[in-house]
Amino acid sequence: MPFTPLETAWFALIGLLWTGYLTLEGFDFGVSVVSPFVARDDLDRRLCLNAIGPVWDGNEVWLITAGGATFAAFPLWYSSLFSGFYLVLFLVLLALIIRGVSFEFRGKIDDARWRRTWDVANFAGSLIPAIVWGAAFTDFVTGVRLSSKGYTSGLLGAVHPVAVFGGLTSLSIFVLSGSLFLALKTTGELSERAKGAATASGAGAAVLLAGLIVWISAAGRPPVPDQLPVAVPLVLAVVGLAAVISATLLASTAFGSARREGMAFVATVVGIVALMGATFSRMFPAVLPASNASAKGGLLIAAAASHHYTLVVMTVVAAIFTPIVLVYQGWTYWVFRQRLTRPPVRSGVGV
Amino acid sequence: MGLQLARWQFAFVTIFHFFLVPVTIGLGLLVAVMQTLAYRRHDAGWDRLTRFFGRMFLINLATGVVSGIVLEFEFGLNWSNYSAFVGNIFGAPLALEALIAFFLESTFVGLWIFGRERLSPRVHLTTIWLTSVGTILSAYFILVANAWMQHPVGYKVEGGQAVLTDFWAVLGNSTALWSFAHTILAAVSTGAALMLGVSVWRAYRDRGVAERSSLFYRAARFAAAFMLVAVILTAVSGDMQARLMDTQQPMKMASAEALYNTSSGASFSIITIGTLNGSRPVFQIRVPHLLSLIADLSWDGQVQGINQVQAAEAAKYGAGSYTPVTWVTYWSFRLMVGAGIAMIGLGAWALWGMRRRHFLGNKWFRRAATFGIALPFLANSTGWIFTEVGRQPWVVYGLLKTSQGVSPVPTADVVFSLVMFVAVYAVIFSADAALMVRAARRELDDVPSATPAPPGDAPDEAARVPSLIY
Repeated sequence: MPFTPLETAWFALIGLLWTGYLTLEGFDFGVSVVSPFVARDDLDRRLCLNAIGPVWDGNEVWLITAGGATFAAFPLWYSSLFSGFYLVLFLVLLALIIRGVSFEFRGKIDDARWRRTWDVANFAGSLIPAIVWGAAFTDFVTGVRLSSKGYTSGLLGAVHPVAVFGGLTSLSIFVLSGSLFLALKTTGELSERAKGAATASGAGAAVLLAGLIVWISAAGRPPVPDQLPVAVPLVLAVVGLAAVISATLLASTAFGSARREGMAFVATVVGIVALMGATFSRMFPAVLPASNASAKGGLLIAAAASHHYTLVVMTVVAAIFTPIVLVYQGWTYWVFRQRLTRPPVRSGVGV
Repeated sequence: MGLQLARWQFAFVTIFHFFLVPVTIGLGLLVAVMQTLAYRRHDAGWDRLTRFFGRMFLINLATGVVSGIVLEFEFGLNWSNYSAFVGNIFGAPLALEALIAFFLESTFVGLWIFGRERLSPRVHLTTIWLTSVGTILSAYFILVANAWMQHPVGYKVEGGQAVLTDFWAVLGNSTALWSFAHTILAAVSTGAALMLGVSVWRAYRDRGVAERSSLFYRAARFAAAFMLVAVILTAVSGDMQARLMDTQQPMKMASAEALYNTSSGASFSIITIGTLNGSRPVFQIRVPHLLSLIADLSWDGQVQGINQVQAAEAAKYGAGSYTPVTWVTYWSFRLMVGAGIAMIGLGAWALWGMRRRHFLGNKWFRRAATFGIALPFLANSTGWIFTEVGRQPWVVYGLLKTSQGVSPVPTADVVFSLVMFVAVYAVIFSADAALMVRAARRELDDVPSATPAPPGDAPDEAARVPSLIY
């Protein structure tokens, strides 16, 4: 079935929304996951949470927007994906729930056990989606088994070895990104420890990602008419790998200037963008690619898309409001650009 | 079985979410007004009240936001056939809600929480207003989506899908506009009732400290005024909705009264004890002509009965039941209206009585104000139960039945998710409630901070250390 340029544009736009989501929430997941390893005391812990405090909620809205945009532009993508991957998505939603409240709840009662509870919620609530998103997108890239009723293999059908490997890869990339963000936003020993964590997780991420690229390339997928040459996603994935390696090297070099942390963080952003580009260009022209040849490529863009008028309306709205959102979200990062420092009174350490 | 479980799950996560949402919308707006008063009048008292109620606003917002994420995906999770059918139309307001409202709300609330010392007072004030605008816009878009399910407009059905033909008709749906007014006003009433209950209690509890007590007395009167006006307007807008319902969804109107046969000058029963099949009420209090008045604002207007609408819809859509569970619609409608009337009474009593300070010594008033906090929650929940149950068996009125919309998800998966939702929501709701109670008991912040520290007062280095909020 042919697909229109507008449908293709919306496929790309949804890819961009997921990219925005995983780039932004990726680092705040990473900060939450790495903080138990780099925080030495409650104050460190608070510095970690406050580093992402003003922005995490706005970052998460990228996910909701991706969900809503998928619903509007590709109703069949939305309906088959989320009902098919019912328990997988449910698990992520539960994690996001306990994580979301943990930020606000943690500091409201001055009690060690209370704080400990919400620390665990914050950690687990970030760890689970950081793994699941990577696993899910690995599933999409390698294709899932589709019957005439769509995807019906449940949770177990989604947990292939390669998907688990993909999940660990995304986790390590997010921890790299989060550690670098933390190194950028803090000072002193906490910043140094975060940089150390960046080096370690970056090395892990590079190895896992290289393995994942080889694995996915070797596994292959039944060809689909109109698909992009395999070289396109492959090149993008290698760019992503190169960016992850650069970020790790920049973090590890003992120069220690803020500029390098900044450059390293930018490199992880480039890496995640390239990897998401690889993911969506590999999925194209399917929104839910199939691993079995009998499914004829899976759920394709043209079959899943809304009618032209809906897409036109959505395009006009997106063209007006997306730039506005980008401006004020960007402004938030500018307002909170300062590093967080341990207050001299409490720590007894000078700035 | 799977269908019933999916319905229970949707009902549970939605009612839970909407328990919190009106507080966010209402309290957010009231806090924004308070901060405006603090800013305009350079009044440290309003500033302290802003912080006090702002804290409650944020605790509630956190729980409201996370329970809202679930709803964005719930249609796909449990109602995939519904989603596939309506996505062309229903998806657009959802996407707009995220793009236009959620980004605004989440970004600016972050700036409001963390920006107090980083932004100028004027910009900081703007951030709470933009947060509030975000919460109100989100209500508009989601109600546009819901209104389309109650009264579909601007569409045609093509190839087994509802297809959008006129987006402006969807945005300007009469059902959406009145439901938006009703919901926002109800939310302001909710925030105000909460503020009133807390303030009356605190004004009395802190009576030993005159300055604190008088601040809460001020907040109590502020809240009472908002509440009275908002509840009355909620009732007016609700009446407009009833008239739309009478033409758009006659079955819902009939089942609100359990009116089995079409009547002119129909009466309204305040309470019925006995069988609800319309034949043998054991005990009833009835107000003559009231149902006709509600339905079309006329003394002798005709209101269609359940039996007649059932027959008409069966002729139009084919054999089957088109009658909702009447005892649910009957009682939820009465609880909603009753709670609303009680709130009008409470608001008027509070506003009249609190002209004088010593009225706070009235034990019965204090109790009424405290228990009055529960009234809007009762009205909000029963109001939505009425609206949604009253639409059954339809999920999209006249186009798609609820039974046709459900996902083909294994029953065991839905059992698991429902049990887990109940368990996790119970935990976070308990934590939320405990924190709200603590916040209500908390001392007013004693640092008046509307006025920034004079320059040169603090060493430059220390002044640049951002304070930790979380």
